[in-house]
Amino acid sequence: MTLPELTTPCSPTWCPGCGNLPIWAAFKNAAVAQGWDNTNTALVAGIGCHGHLVNFTKLTALEGLHGRALPVACGLKLANHALNVFVFTGDGDCFGEGGNHLLHTARRNHDLTVLMHDNGLYALTTGQTSPLSPHGFTTKSTPQGNPDEPLNPLAIAIAAGATFVARAYAGDIPTLTQLIIAAQQHRGFAFVDVLQPCTTYNKQFTHQFFQENTYQLDSAYDPTNKLAAYAKAQDFGLKNIPLGLIYRGEKPCYEAQIPQIQTTPLVRQSLVRDNLAQLFKTYT
Amino acid sequence: MPAPVLSLKIGGEAGQGVKSAGLMLAKFATRAGFNIYDYLEYPSLIRGGHNVMQINISADPVTGPFTNCDFLIALNQDTINKHSEELVGGAGILVDGDKNYDLTRLPSTVKVFPVPLAKLAQASGGNALVSNTVALGATLGLLGGALTTLKAILTENFGAKGADITQINLAAVQAGYDYAVTTFARQLSTALASSGTVTSTVPQMVVNGTDACALAAIAAGLQFAAIYPMSPISGILATLAEHQEEYGYMYKQPEDELAAINMAIGASFAGARALTATSGGGFCLMTEGYGLAGMTETPVVIIEGMRGGPATGLPTWSEQGDLRMVLHAHQGEFPRLVLAAGDALEAFELTMEAFNLADVYQTPVVVLLDKNICDHDQNFPIFDTSAYRADRGTLMDRVDPGYSRYKLEPTGISPRAVAGSGNFFIANSDEHDEHGYSTEDTTMRQLQMHKRMSKLQTCAHKHMRGPKLFGPKDADLTIVSWGSTKGPILEALKSFPNVKYVHLTWLSPFPAQDVISALQGSKRLLNIECNYSAQLAGLIKEHTGIAIADNLLKYTGRPFFVEELTEKIARALTESPL
Repeated sequence: MTLPELTTPCSPTWCPGCGNLPIWAAFKNAAVAQGWDNTNTALVAGIGCHGHLVNFTKLTALEGLHGRALPVACGLKLANHALNVFVFTGDGDCFGEGGNHLLHTARRNHDLTVLMHDNGLYALTTGQTSPLSPHGFTTKSTPQGNPDEPLNPLAIAIAAGATFVARAYAGDIPTLTQLIIAAQQHRGFAFVDVLQPCTTYNKQFTHQFFQENTYQLDSAYDPTNKLAAYAKAQDFGLKNIPLGLIYRGEKPCYEAQIPQIQTTPLVRQSLVRDNLAQLFKTYT
Repeated sequence: MPAPVLSLKIGGEAGQGVKSAGLMLAKFATRAGFNIYDYLEYPSLIRGGHNVMQINISADPVTGPFTNCDFLIALNQDTINKHSEELVGGAGILVDGDKNYDLTRLPSTVKVFPVPLAKLAQASGGNALVSNTVALGATLGLLGGALTTLKAILTENFGAKGADITQINLAAVQAGYDYAVTTFARQLSTALASSGTVTSTVPQMVVNGTDACALAAIAAGLQFAAIYPMSPISGILATLAEHQEEYGYMYKQPEDELAAINMAIGASFAGARALTATSGGGFCLMTEGYGLAGMTETPVVIIEGMRGGPATGLPTWSEQGDLRMVLHAHQGEFPRLVLAAGDALEAFELTMEAFNLADVYQTPVVVLLDKNICDHDQNFPIFDTSAYRADRGTLMDRVDPGYSRYKLEPTGISPRAVAGSGNFFIANSDEHDEHGYSTEDTTMRQLQMHKRMSKLQTCAHKHMRGPKLFGPKDADLTIVSWGSTKGPILEALKSFPNVKYVHLTWLSPFPAQDVISALQGSKRLLNIECNYSAQLAGLIKEHTGIAIADNLLKYTGRPFFVEELTEKIARALTESPL
């Protein structure tokens, strides 16, 4: 598909300057470059500003419930593992309502590509704290400052068993495009924390903040060392936010371990079960 | 006159093999030409506690649990204490004669058969856990059963565990049999001698509701199941997991019931026939996915096996308290198709049908069971699936450039494409237009709501079935019920040729006209349910205006036993208040 073919009649409803816009652009660039279309790709989204993306992208999608994108994606991938399955989720979607699903989807190492739109708060509900909001952060739900410590999404993904864990900045479209492609090409659970500003509600994590405080990991960094990756995942501060592939592990993805789908996806196998006599006989 | 029912009970601690011995006895009786219904009581723990299984055996079909007992196999003192009052005059009790059990509570008319169970088990090469097999042999000896039949069952049962285990059990069953026929030579009966009924010639399955559901799903072309373990439906996942590779489907254990239903929805979005199963507590978690399936018009079959609620409630006991929940669960309105099985055969048939209904109407279909159906075996002729055809409804296998997933159709049923088919659409939990794009437009909202809800009328017209009727048309008493109370009601009706039973299996859409026809002009109506608030009676009143004054309700976690129902029906027939 070309970029125009990926366009739908719906215009983006995101705010001007929203970090979702460049994530959307990077994803479409990757789709065009890699030939992702409605015969080989499907999208699953959660609920939040990120989820609106499915209305603006002409790839078959399921926009599910808040927090539940991952189990939908697991079922989709297990039923037809020939499909490239992308999960769009938010930081609240993925680590609040859906935290349990993240842990278990990562540990099972499903062959999914997860793009987490990380704006550090709940935006669609007009600006409340999220599980990734910093301590002391002032929002509508934390007028006295957030008393909760934020979760560390990268460390959690690594600890839970994800085999491709990366961080990106939404505003760098070319780099994000390449990272999305690399994440999709990884066979296993690929988790990309995409730092994005919320221009309306998050006055701390602005484009300028990310541009001044992030840096790309270079070739001197070895993402295959799990302990070093875990240490690198702790870095998040002024002039010290690493971007790029933090961790890559080697282990078989879930779908590679299930004997009945090694030759044919489930949905292409016959529904006719005319060989039941022997099974029924065990009950006589 | 109906043929008599022989009620055997075997009791002991969890871990003593009560269930496995009971099931072998049930299979034995079926192969000997009898009908059986077994009933299992157990607490929510793995070792210790009191387990008891009753196996009711008759030349006629037998469908319900009894209180009274004709023959008790007591593997411990607790069994003697708890069940001595249930022994009828002339009943037998088999105990380990070396254990010095206190038998003083037994009624004087009870015949005691002491057999050195543990000693014979040891002499056969086994440990004390083989006592149950010795007891089976002794029981057959006392009741005139054919040992070769039981040995064949033992060999099939233990074959997978190795030749040693099989040999020990065969020796144990022989030792128990020989001891009984020698020691009690003058007291032997022929109660289990082969019956010349139809079950001797038509091969019978001995099957419970969870296995029936699993077999139905396999037969219906199940491709994906995600089920989180929960009593009383865990048997479904165990059976599905065992056969997945052979039949080319997948069972996945998810992290919770939220994931279970969402995985099933994801698989169905890809075109797979998808199933999940749970009990009431798990269904609470599935509630949000229930509506997601309704809104996105994604087929999914949900088995809900009821147990005593609320909260953790009575985990290993039965209730029919979730009817209103599944009829109304989730916010807002969408077409909910709800069926309820009354026994394992109905569980099989309705589960197969549910897969077709889900595909045809593109909406979730709930099949309600309860613990009494899930756990209890009954014999049926081997399930016949030859007439079954998977009906995938409007599922498309082509690419349509102008495709609209939610095209407005008077039937409510739009053409269905799946992910990866080349057809673009959004399965959208937001209200959406015909392609699936989010919309808040008033006209489109109304049209899509109307389209979805129209499926209920279409289904009522094309697939819905009225209640099943048993007994005479012109009866002195008309009983209404649903679910597993069917069994004891039919069993009690053997004594009342003038009583009719109206058994509902379709609850949404509701067959109002058929129910009116079945109830109108009845001399007296009696609604029977295992819940507190007469949920079915309320539903009948809501849909038909017929108010049923007499309700027989039970919410102890135990089913209605045949004796208590017989007594209540007799009282209802004499017009005295219940």
